[in-house]
Amino acid sequence: MTDLALEKTAAAAPHRASPALLGIGALLIVAYGVLPLVASEYLFDAILTPFLALALAGLGLNILTGYAGQVSLGSSAFMAVGAYAAYNLALRLPGVPFLVDILLAGLVAAAVGLLFGLPSLRLRGFYLAVSTLAAQFFVQWVFNKVGWFSNNSPSGIVTVPPLSVAGLPLDSSAGRYLFALGVVTAVTLAVWRLVESPTGRALVALRDHETAARVIGIPVLRVKLLAFAVSSFIIGVAGVLWAFAYLRTVEPAGFNLDRSFQILFIVIIGGLASLRGAFLGAALIVVFPLLLSRLGEALLGGLFDSGVLEMSQRIVLGLLIVTFLIAEPAGLAALLDRLWNRAWNWISGRFRRTG
Amino acid sequence: MEWQFFTEVLVGGLLSGVMYSLVAIGFVLIYKTSGVLNFAQGALLLFAALTFVSLTERGLPGWAAILLTLAAMTVIGAAIERAVLRPLVNQPPITLFMATLGVSYVIEGAAQLLWGTQVHGLDLGIDDLPLEFGGVLVSSFDLFAAAVAGAMVAALTLFFRYTRIGLGFRAVADDQLAALAVGLSLDRIWTAVWTAAGVVALVAGLVWGARLGVQFSLSLVVLKALPVLVLGGFDSIAGAIVGGLIVGAVEKLAEVYIGPFVGGGIEGWIAYVAALGFLLIRPSGLFGAKLVERV
Repeated sequence: MTDLALEKTAAAAPHRASPALLGIGALLIVAYGVLPLVASEYLFDAILTPFLALALAGLGLNILTGYAGQVSLGSSAFMAVGAYAAYNLALRLPGVPFLVDILLAGLVAAAVGLLFGLPSLRLRGFYLAVSTLAAQFFVQWVFNKVGWFSNNSPSGIVTVPPLSVAGLPLDSSAGRYLFALGVVTAVTLAVWRLVESPTGRALVALRDHETAARVIGIPVLRVKLLAFAVSSFIIGVAGVLWAFAYLRTVEPAGFNLDRSFQILFIVIIGGLASLRGAFLGAALIVVFPLLLSRLGEALLGGLFDSGVLEMSQRIVLGLLIVTFLIAEPAGLAALLDRLWNRAWNWISGRFRRTG
Repeated sequence: MEWQFFTEVLVGGLLSGVMYSLVAIGFVLIYKTSGVLNFAQGALLLFAALTFVSLTERGLPGWAAILLTLAAMTVIGAAIERAVLRPLVNQPPITLFMATLGVSYVIEGAAQLLWGTQVHGLDLGIDDLPLEFGGVLVSSFDLFAAAVAGAMVAALTLFFRYTRIGLGFRAVADDQLAALAVGLSLDRIWTAVWTAAGVVALVAGLVWGARLGVQFSLSLVVLKALPVLVLGGFDSIAGAIVGGLIVGAVEKLAEVYIGPFVGGGIEGWIAYVAALGFLLIRPSGLFGAKLVERV
């Protein structure tokens, strides 16, 4: 399935490079220029900011799972590490600028990721997936048990300091959105450079055939650990955004197994080994519960209470996963490509006929 | 009496480990024959227990509720195989695993949408009394659960050894192509396997439901079964039993002897860490086939 995705992108790249760049440019203009002016506070707080944080987490997991082929079920543990690290850095080293805090928090998450990535040197497939659950449960337990991390807050829930960068307060809804957007843009650019680099190719080689990768001289062990470190770094930064830009609080329960699955679902639905995929998947995951609740209320009225909503969300999400795995294993990214090509052929066909 | 206390903790751990084995056997059954790690096993277990309890609460006699639930599990097992796994034949194992993750979401949602989210008590008529054996206290319910697990393993062993379809399972597990070549129908056997997994889920669901109460958290026992499988190997019923015993004992002993020093609550991860540590030394698990790619 992944080979197919690669072929497709490789075939599509040369003659669609410029429309793709145009599209990205237009999206950036909308995201930076238009949305901050027109969006409501609800749109920022309930949709855009969580979307950015989740998309970044999806991007991080995609490096590990989509590109390097190592499945992880413990992503939210690394989000938690990033969030708690940033909180403690801001608390205990007040002189350090927040952007440096984020960088350091990412590095802490990368170090923890490296540690839990060590079993990948000997384990593969299910065995590795199960071992990443160890990270999930252990990290959550540590943050629950060790009061120091939450500054001995009795409830275990801590409120993060208001966001400000270089003396510029960013504590409004739009400010927090713009901050998240800036971080996501920067990281996405870096990831794009990475996956197009020889190191990125090495990740893909590792995924497609580990022995062959070793034969052509790729240092397999080092590349595997690198994938874990980079992926955890990005997921850690996503955790910082989740805590500082979206929720403005940190608590261990927010980074549970369901969140890890959510991030995995973003990658599956969006498309493995595709940068756009993480964004498309995150958009779907954030928007579909809202749509479903509107739809349910419209159709069933009072019968559609919060319990029913939660259960039908689970069912629809599960169906989506299964459907995508069966019908479109390369995810929304491939689906959009296909639609785009069809639309393009249709338009050019019309021109040829009339012209 | 230090050793007596130790024995009591150990026996309690071993017996609760049997409960994990009960869940793990359902995984092994499917993994052995179709190479799928079925994450939905926990959801199936929840669905079975919830259906049984809700039917009895609506006034059905126990035997009728069992039969109806059995029928429902058969249909669901066969439906998962037909609708989800057959279209995914020849996909990488990890894709199949993720598909069963999706299936588990659907089943959990459907079970609670159908029967509600409240906690149900489930009484199998077995009391949870402490019995004394040479100064060591043992829960009678734990003994009952161990007996159920023993009976199930015996039944499965007989089934695999003496029935046509059971032999078919083993043939498919050994070599799919050879099984096809001698004229076994893979489709029929896979459907039968999933049906069997549904039945195992019903048994495990009833025992676990009686212990914990029937509620959503029942489906999380799948997380207890995973380290058991890693320890015992995904494809060995004996491994599931021994792995369960080890995980149960390690959990209880660690909780009692290490827990107090680190603030308790380590049951959630100690099994995973133990399984990981073990795998690093011996990657093929206790009883796993050496062929399985793990290193």
